[in-house]
Amino acid sequence: MRPLRLLWWLASVAVAAGFVGLWQVAADSKWLSPVFFAGPGQAWDRLVAGLVHGTLGIELADTVGRMIYGWAAASLLGIALGSLIGISPRARAYLAPMIEFVRPVPASALVPVAIGFLGLSDEMVLAVVVFGGLWPMLLATIHGFETIEPRLTDVSRALGFSRLQVILKIALPSALPDIFAALRLSVTVSLVLTIIGEMLASRDGLGQWILFAGRTFRPGDLFAGIILLGGVGFVSASLIAWLEQRLLNWRRPP
Amino acid sequence: MADAAIAGATRRRPGFASRLVRRDWRGAVAPLLLLAFVEIVMDTGSYQSDSLAPPSQIAVAAYRVVLDGSLLTGTIETLGAALGGLAIGGMIGVVLGVLFGMSRAVDRLMMVTVESIRPIPSAAIIPVVLLAFGFGYRMEIFLILPGTIFPILIFTRSAVAGTEPCLLDVSRLMGLGYIGRVLKIVVPAALPRIFVGFRLSAALALVIAVTTEVVVNPQGLGSAIMVSEQKLDPASMYAVVIWLGIIGWGLNAALVWMQRRLFGPAGARGAEQ
Repeated sequence: MRPLRLLWWLASVAVAAGFVGLWQVAADSKWLSPVFFAGPGQAWDRLVAGLVHGTLGIELADTVGRMIYGWAAASLLGIALGSLIGISPRARAYLAPMIEFVRPVPASALVPVAIGFLGLSDEMVLAVVVFGGLWPMLLATIHGFETIEPRLTDVSRALGFSRLQVILKIALPSALPDIFAALRLSVTVSLVLTIIGEMLASRDGLGQWILFAGRTFRPGDLFAGIILLGGVGFVSASLIAWLEQRLLNWRRPP
Repeated sequence: MADAAIAGATRRRPGFASRLVRRDWRGAVAPLLLLAFVEIVMDTGSYQSDSLAPPSQIAVAAYRVVLDGSLLTGTIETLGAALGGLAIGGMIGVVLGVLFGMSRAVDRLMMVTVESIRPIPSAAIIPVVLLAFGFGYRMEIFLILPGTIFPILIFTRSAVAGTEPCLLDVSRLMGLGYIGRVLKIVVPAALPRIFVGFRLSAALALVIAVTTEVVVNPQGLGSAIMVSEQKLDPASMYAVVIWLGIIGWGLNAALVWMQRRLFGPAGARGAEQ
């Protein structure tokens, strides 16, 4: 079974390589205008040149730093507030409808609002990233608390748990699947909002870098930036999936 | 996936109506208090701002943008792009999902390709699409495509791959070809779960449409918000933001309603996943 799976994976890599080859052919034959379309060879050259000689590494660090900072802040804040609201049925009844009403507002629609309050600044970008990641986290935590197995609540009462103990020992572990689903969602949201924030506020980072590369007709740099951003998305999603698998192992039937 | 938060809205217990009524007034307390607070603080002049407006002025601004037709135009532009992208992306997603779900070989061969394209954030290709199409509907729809294709692809693929084997036996007995099997057996059986993916995609389509408009594309509601901010007209800005919230909420509510109506318990089961 194992070597067979490896073989399939290698075949799949070969197929992907075939698509990259097609991409190169498309670029070489100029099916699409070379003003905005770069082949993989050119993109790779610009990527290596940017990382080794240019500022691409610093831009990457800026973007990733902002994304992680905003995502972590949103997650911690969301879990903490969500626990406070979720543990009390009364708070849930009063506050959950308002939160559910704010959620469908696209976070990007609040970028102009944030610009109004904070100007075109780093704080504005961070505020938008935190705000965008906060709602999925809040709602998932509240929802996770709402669906705790009733017997567990009885057990905690029988053991005379304090409210904090209930949160830490019963509610949070049982809400973990919901929380992880939201963590995965909000890391994607954070990356998108970081890119947009950098584009609009002209902060150093990959978002501004690719916008500038496009405006100055440097498709090689533009595609190098897109490849890097795809890499950031891939690595962050994989890390969370890995963490989820490790932390939620106990839930899976043996 | 992103469905947990959205699907949460469908997981209601039977006493839904009574719960809604009971929740209604208690849920309204916090937002009303907040609105009253902003109104009082801003009307008494103790706080002035170019970026915040009292609710009364927002209501007046809302009335104005409804009357001069700009809200309607913006809504049509935003929803037109979102629904256009959803229609095209949805079709591509279903076709690919059926192809991948029907054959494990195809699915395994395409795995690395799909998993390398999927994590690219839609915002990253804004500069390319801007150069390729310029401003307008085409760029916006093109940006929406990846966001709508992938959720539908993933839900379709797993639903098709999990088709009841008995049904496939039946199709073999009936002597159906590939196309007949797909159209008469596989897709109808997978439809409730495909619809769950469709709902997710619809929400994403609206978000990407607005994002595109806020960042570059000078049309639709997103651009209206940006322009109002730049004109230091916070009242109109908040009016459009609130309207967008209502549209997003309404879109999801309509799709949840359709899901229940079309698929009944099967739709509810699909929503859990």
